[in-house]
Amino acid sequence: MLCAGVDIGSRSIELVALDNGHVATIRKVETTLDPIAQCRRLLDGVSYSHLVATGYGRGLLAGHFRAETITEIQAYALGAQQLFPGCRVVLDIGGQDTKAIALAADGRVKKFEMNDRCAAGTGKFLEIMAASFNIPLGNFGSFALNGRKGIAISSMCTVFAESEVTSLVAKGSRPEDVALAVHESVARRSVSMLKRVSVEGPLVFAGGVALNPCIHKLLVEAVSYEVIVADAPELVGALGAALYAANMA
Amino acid sequence: MEANYAPLWESLGLDLDAHDELLRVLGEGYSNIFLSQKDRPEGMAYFDFVMSEVHGLRIKELIDGQKEGRKVIGSFCVFVPEEIVRAADATLVGLCTGADFATDEVDKLLPRNTCALIKSAFGFKLGKVCPYIEAADLLVGENTCDGKKKSFEVLDKLVDKLYVMDIPQMKSPEGRALLKAEYARFKKAVEKLTGIVIDPARLRNGIEITNNKRRALHRLNSFRSADPAPISGLDALLANQVYFYDEPARFSESINKISDELEQRIKVGEGPFPKGTPRILMSGCPMAVPNWKVPWIVETSGAVIVGEESCVGERGTQNLTDDTGETVDELMDNILDRYFKIDCAIFTPNPDRQQHIEEMYERYNADGVIHYGLQFCQPYQFESINVEATLEKKGIPALRIDTDYSVEDVGQLKTRIEAFIERIA
Ligand code: SF4
Ligand code: SF4
Repeated sequence: MLCAGVDIGSRSIELVALDNGHVATIRKVETTLDPIAQCRRLLDGVSYSHLVATGYGRGLLAGHFRAETITEIQAYALGAQQLFPGCRVVLDIGGQDTKAIALAADGRVKKFEMNDRCAAGTGKFLEIMAASFNIPLGNFGSFALNGRKGIAISSMCTVFAESEVTSLVAKGSRPEDVALAVHESVARRSVSMLKRVSVEGPLVFAGGVALNPCIHKLLVEAVSYEVIVADAPELVGALGAALYAANMA
Repeated sequence: MEANYAPLWESLGLDLDAHDELLRVLGEGYSNIFLSQKDRPEGMAYFDFVMSEVHGLRIKELIDGQKEGRKVIGSFCVFVPEEIVRAADATLVGLCTGADFATDEVDKLLPRNTCALIKSAFGFKLGKVCPYIEAADLLVGENTCDGKKKSFEVLDKLVDKLYVMDIPQMKSPEGRALLKAEYARFKKAVEKLTGIVIDPARLRNGIEITNNKRRALHRLNSFRSADPAPISGLDALLANQVYFYDEPARFSESINKISDELEQRIKVGEGPFPKGTPRILMSGCPMAVPNWKVPWIVETSGAVIVGEESCVGERGTQNLTDDTGETVDELMDNILDRYFKIDCAIFTPNPDRQQHIEEMYERYNADGVIHYGLQFCQPYQFESINVEATLEKKGIPALRIDTDYSVEDVGQLKTRIEAFIERIA
């Protein structure tokens, strides 16, 4: 029997199922407007003995399936710990929130910070910006890597930042340079969050945004410790939940 | 609600439609948050009743009392000495400031960055939904934080019965002298309002009544250090909230009855949450009725609240007033001694509060401290940073929360609080 972890985020839902500590199944679906139907699809045919849900929709899942819940904070801490034993801080930039989690030497969560009520500095911010550049989200980071420093986006608010971007480009700034500035604004926010929780690395960079090479590069430049990107950074939360499930079994 | 109180409310000038709406929301919230709890002490039925009659029977009692000459004084702060009010056979009620109301109207009068507590007081006044504000013969404002101080200038234009008390900001001999003078002035004002001259016997009686309420809560709280806690933090908070407007003798008696029950419960290891449930000490801004948001999140996230370092809690009720003294002056000094110890964040510096938090953490066998700050509350938000850092340095897990009365941040708070509970579990 498998031990399954599900991470229900605002954009996507991931499943990781472990068989005796080895990853047996990985699945991923869009969240859509009916996350419960999506979870059914995700779990269809997976015979698990223990199920643990995490992510902002964890309560929803627990209401429909026999599942325990843990917060994203604990899930990411567990997942990162498993992938990179000895890591001391986790940065997770997901669809609608950003978290910085400091870990004690024994792996326990020591301190954490989350972004407040709005989407500034999250994956959603990058998504909206990429759309206004008319660039697929997956290419936005490499596009920005061609930019030159020197421009600053002053607005944190997604709506205002969008019009700032439009007017910068209209005034003749190179789109690559403006795109870099957009990435810098996200990285800056994350770094200040990291500084509030910890001074020590190594850092595990997780969540969908970890795949963005520009944010990665800016992060490496800004901190003094090692930055490790997980192979499948968006799965770290589901992996953590699965590990928690395995621990219950 | 059985009886028809509409004529009573109308006579107080309430807006009946808005008031109905408030009662509906209140009733709904109450049943979702309180009645849905498991294994409550039976004695809580009294508080369920009090809450269902909070705008009914209790108001009728107050109005009936007024007809017999019993004055009603409303206050916004635990610095207003209840002993003096009771000594003159008057009733002190704490005004609920725990929900947003008539926010559009409030925004016309107060700056946006005013704390939710102050805005709420204005919302209840402007929305004409609080029978206590309307029924009161005197409202006492106090110069504590800047927000309150300046807002009383605005309130003064809305009511014709506001009395403002000055409050020192330092625990110095000069500060003490100021509070002494202000309490003497307040005593005169109460005497003038009631037509009663406060003599030593009356003052002793006032001290006795007030001390009894405090003693009752001290006893109830003492049982909360047990594991499992015999009462939920929500129910204990409710008792602390009702402290501010119930009839004192009846309140003390009801609390004592619950305490008897709790004493039995801890003998058999009974409680609303299983043994070993993570235990939280709440610390920070006062939570007035019907502000139950954060405690509700905490106790539906797998933890139990075992103490509240708050003015609606131990900061407000922790010391008794010494009743030994022959003269009014001696007794007034005892009152002064008792109130001058209140470790409110409007004082600078305010080291006693930090000590009290740590002492409560030990006494209630807590596993962590959640600091509850209202947005735009400078005194407590300022202190919260140092409180958190100092606790963490001593190895006491601490979480700092800044919020208001809206529900838009509930999801986010839930994640942060659950993660904190995971950390201390
Ligand atoms: S926190 Fe300070 S100002 Fe507020 S009620 Fe308590 S003593 Fe009064
Ligand atoms: S919560 Fe803070 S800002 Fe609001 S009235 Fe109390 S002390 Fe003043």
